[in-house]
Amino acid sequence: MTSKNVRVKIGEMKTSTGLVKNLELSIGKIVDDSWAEPMGPTPMPSLTALRDWDMKLLNKYKPFYMPACDLCCLCTFGKCDLTAGKRGACGLDIGAQSSRIVLLACSIGAATHTGHARHVVDHLIEKYGRRHPLDVGGLNVKVEAPVTRLVTGIKPETLGDLEEVLEYCETQITHCLSAAHTGQEGNNLDFESKAFHAGMADQVGMEVADIAQVSTLNFPKADPEAPLIQMGIGTVDTTKPVIMCIGHNVVPSVGIIDYMKESKMDDKMEVVGLCCTAFDNTRYYDRAKIVGPISWQLRFIRGGFADVVVLDEQCVRTDMFNEAERVKAPVIAASEKNCMGFKDRTKDPTDEIVADLVSGKVPGVLILDPEKVGEVAVKVAKQIAPIRKKMKVIPNIDKIIALAKTCRQCNLCQRSCPQDLKIPAALKAAAEGNIAPLTNLYESCIGCGRCEEVCPVKLQIHSFIIKAGEKFMIEETNLCRAGRGAVQDVEIRNVGSPIVLGEIPGILAVVGCSNYPHGGKDVYDICREFALRRYIVVTSGCSAMSAGSYRNEEGKTLYEEFPGGFEAGGVLNVGSCVANSHIAGAAIKVANIFAKRPLRGNYEEIADYIHNRLGAVGLAWGAYSQKAASIAAGFWRLGVPVLVGPHGSKYRRMLLGREDKLEDWEVYDARTGDKVNVGPAPEHLFQTVETPQEAMVAIAKLCIRPNDTWKGRSIKLSHYIDLHKRHYGTMPPDLHLFVRTMADVPMTMKDEIANILKAKGWKETVIPDPTLLPRMIRKKKE
Amino acid sequence: MSCEPWQCAEVAATKKANPITKPEVAVALIKRSARPILVVGSNATDRCMEGRQLIDFLIDFAKASKVPVVATAHMVSEFLKRGYEPAGFMSAMDIGNRLVDPGWQGLDGKGHPDLAIFVALPYYMEALILSGLKHFAPDLKTMTIDNLYHPHASWSYPNGTLEDWANNLKVMTSKLEGGQ
Repeated sequence: MTSKNVRVKIGEMKTSTGLVKNLELSIGKIVDDSWAEPMGPTPMPSLTALRDWDMKLLNKYKPFYMPACDLCCLCTFGKCDLTAGKRGACGLDIGAQSSRIVLLACSIGAATHTGHARHVVDHLIEKYGRRHPLDVGGLNVKVEAPVTRLVTGIKPETLGDLEEVLEYCETQITHCLSAAHTGQEGNNLDFESKAFHAGMADQVGMEVADIAQVSTLNFPKADPEAPLIQMGIGTVDTTKPVIMCIGHNVVPSVGIIDYMKESKMDDKMEVVGLCCTAFDNTRYYDRAKIVGPISWQLRFIRGGFADVVVLDEQCVRTDMFNEAERVKAPVIAASEKNCMGFKDRTKDPTDEIVADLVSGKVPGVLILDPEKVGEVAVKVAKQIAPIRKKMKVIPNIDKIIALAKTCRQCNLCQRSCPQDLKIPAALKAAAEGNIAPLTNLYESCIGCGRCEEVCPVKLQIHSFIIKAGEKFMIEETNLCRAGRGAVQDVEIRNVGSPIVLGEIPGILAVVGCSNYPHGGKDVYDICREFALRRYIVVTSGCSAMSAGSYRNEEGKTLYEEFPGGFEAGGVLNVGSCVANSHIAGAAIKVANIFAKRPLRGNYEEIADYIHNRLGAVGLAWGAYSQKAASIAAGFWRLGVPVLVGPHGSKYRRMLLGREDKLEDWEVYDARTGDKVNVGPAPEHLFQTVETPQEAMVAIAKLCIRPNDTWKGRSIKLSHYIDLHKRHYGTMPPDLHLFVRTMADVPMTMKDEIANILKAKGWKETVIPDPTLLPRMIRKKKE
Repeated sequence: MSCEPWQCAEVAATKKANPITKPEVAVALIKRSARPILVVGSNATDRCMEGRQLIDFLIDFAKASKVPVVATAHMVSEFLKRGYEPAGFMSAMDIGNRLVDPGWQGLDGKGHPDLAIFVALPYYMEALILSGLKHFAPDLKTMTIDNLYHPHASWSYPNGTLEDWANNLKVMTSKLEGGQ
């Protein structure tokens, strides 16, 4: 590894040749490269180093743009109307503008994770030192940072080694963002390529953040049996003071938990979390609790459960200080990125800050020292809990009925609701004393509060829904497996062959946020369906919480019903947002550990391998954020298809293949150099699906890969056909595109499918050694 | 009725759908079209009027007008359960993507549709697809027969009640009896 900024200063040294005084040596960088693997062709790729690879993918999966806005208003030439082919004052058309917005979203997402990583690494280096070794899984994980190794060519061994990796990410993200400036990039596909680049940098940044915290904070280390964590507000002992941490960065929470333990308050207090901070709290301290996904912030704050609210970064409601003030819960903002307008009290005496918060003199403070955050939060929670008495701002049912009578039935609430929930009808029923329709909204409500913002008579509609669904809320007592982190090398060895040959029908990664169209049950249903079918199901983030929030007929949550290993029928939660990098890492490790493909700076070959051989698909059923966009972009560049739920259409650009264009589906057979048509496998790189039924059929289909053996293809087709028949009521009309030889056809359906193939004029073809890269052809055709 | 976007923030830009003031207007537009298609989304079984599901009204409409139906999501099974076979089924994104391709020859391979009628997709998805078509399919006309105003379509009904909607669908069906 490389060491940077080495300084040697000698005050006085006597040697055999003389006396040396005040010698000072400064060395910019020492290269100590003990990694034997030769460097591949693209270490630390620049903006354009992988452009050819991107264009191969973008040629197969062309962008379908759905502009959310006809205008561009990013510079003072504008506003420019780009409708239907018109170019703006800068020369950009709506296609390029749409891809520019994608690039901006991906750059924001990548910058957010990388900024998070930078904060975590700087903090941990300060605490543990640059030489602190990285350890993400002991002897079970030799390839500790597959994404980093692949992209940068660096094999990090210590915390200090991660600094150079982060510098690379920061540089690339800055370049990506700069390309979105007026008068820079002008071609839509080049914007797309740069969005892929941002996504790739994002995966590196996420990996850095997670391996740094796993290595230092004693998180589960690639542990399939990471503890089961209590989840749901019903698991929280509300007779105790409650500290609620919201966001994604565990560092302030560590300060809280450490202080709680030091002051022997850990039995007398509850630390709970929302969103990814919740996951990382529970990875650090298995008595911390998860109360729910990010969209439930208003629900829990207004419900009065939190005595102190600690905000770190990302996905935090920006009006949280107002909401917390209503229930007299002091707020501690703990991130430079999210100061909330509070006065910086970092250097003030702790007891002064505590007194100000407990007395209500100030509603919140900014504290940028995590240890001080811990001490203040614990002391404030202890003192304020008996004063607040879990004060809430949820009206009782009688009050709701009375207020509902003032509703004007103007429909603005429904028209502002992202879910188009029938709120006016529910209010009308409530006014007549029937609360049931309001209760029915509880599961689908995503908690945005837009209904209240537009109400002309200022009804607290979201609070009404919370009250009506209160029984469900307080009965939420589920289990979620703590984020296990990486996938072990040995697990990869065990499943590499059956995955690549298709005998494990696929890897389904259910990731991302909770902007679901009809509540979280769909996530549970999809995960369970594919776990029962012996796919490997990986979860992360808010989706991992939703997956654990429902129970089977035996009363078991998904994490109790299925094993936590990376194995057929396993359901494994890798952890928080930044742990998504381990999903990419697992795919990369299949290529490296199982298939022995060189890893170091060898992005294109590894991505080509994954794209053509690894039946993996991502599903972000409730994706909402720019971070989700950049996470998806990282997978696009690896050639892994990503599905999003209906709200994901608002990303405004899909990457769609055309199964009706046969010429789009040719690959090289690396054995012969021949071009072989392998059909639409996978058909899309980024697609919105409308219903969970459609998602299930699409997942089964998107796991098909050109490299499947006949046995593997037969297994994959049997799942595709079965789900298609169940949800679409008919045989797949494109079946003939996925049958290469009759051996591919599932045994039990031979006759039926043979007739279909005959009717379609199907012809047998070969199973190639597939690649999109001419340089991978081993024998050139004469 | 209001010609404001049903979802308040889905504001129109410089080109805004012409309102369909009465079903006869829609009928005339459909009759004028040589190659229309009807894209039916997943809300077709979630909306009820006069004790019937929207999909039942749409089957009546499709049978009368002989406009070929593309079912999105898993709606094909709902059509088949009711004894009606749609001309095609694919994801909403796929049909949108084909419609922006001037080389696509339609479901029957005989020519690109000249009118795409949308109904029953989630409002925001339909809005986005209509926006995509507005920008990238300049020769295609689009229409929605929802009861919600869609600014990005070429023609859209204003926001209306379920009663209005049922009536509009019935009038269109009766006036297109025997084919468009």
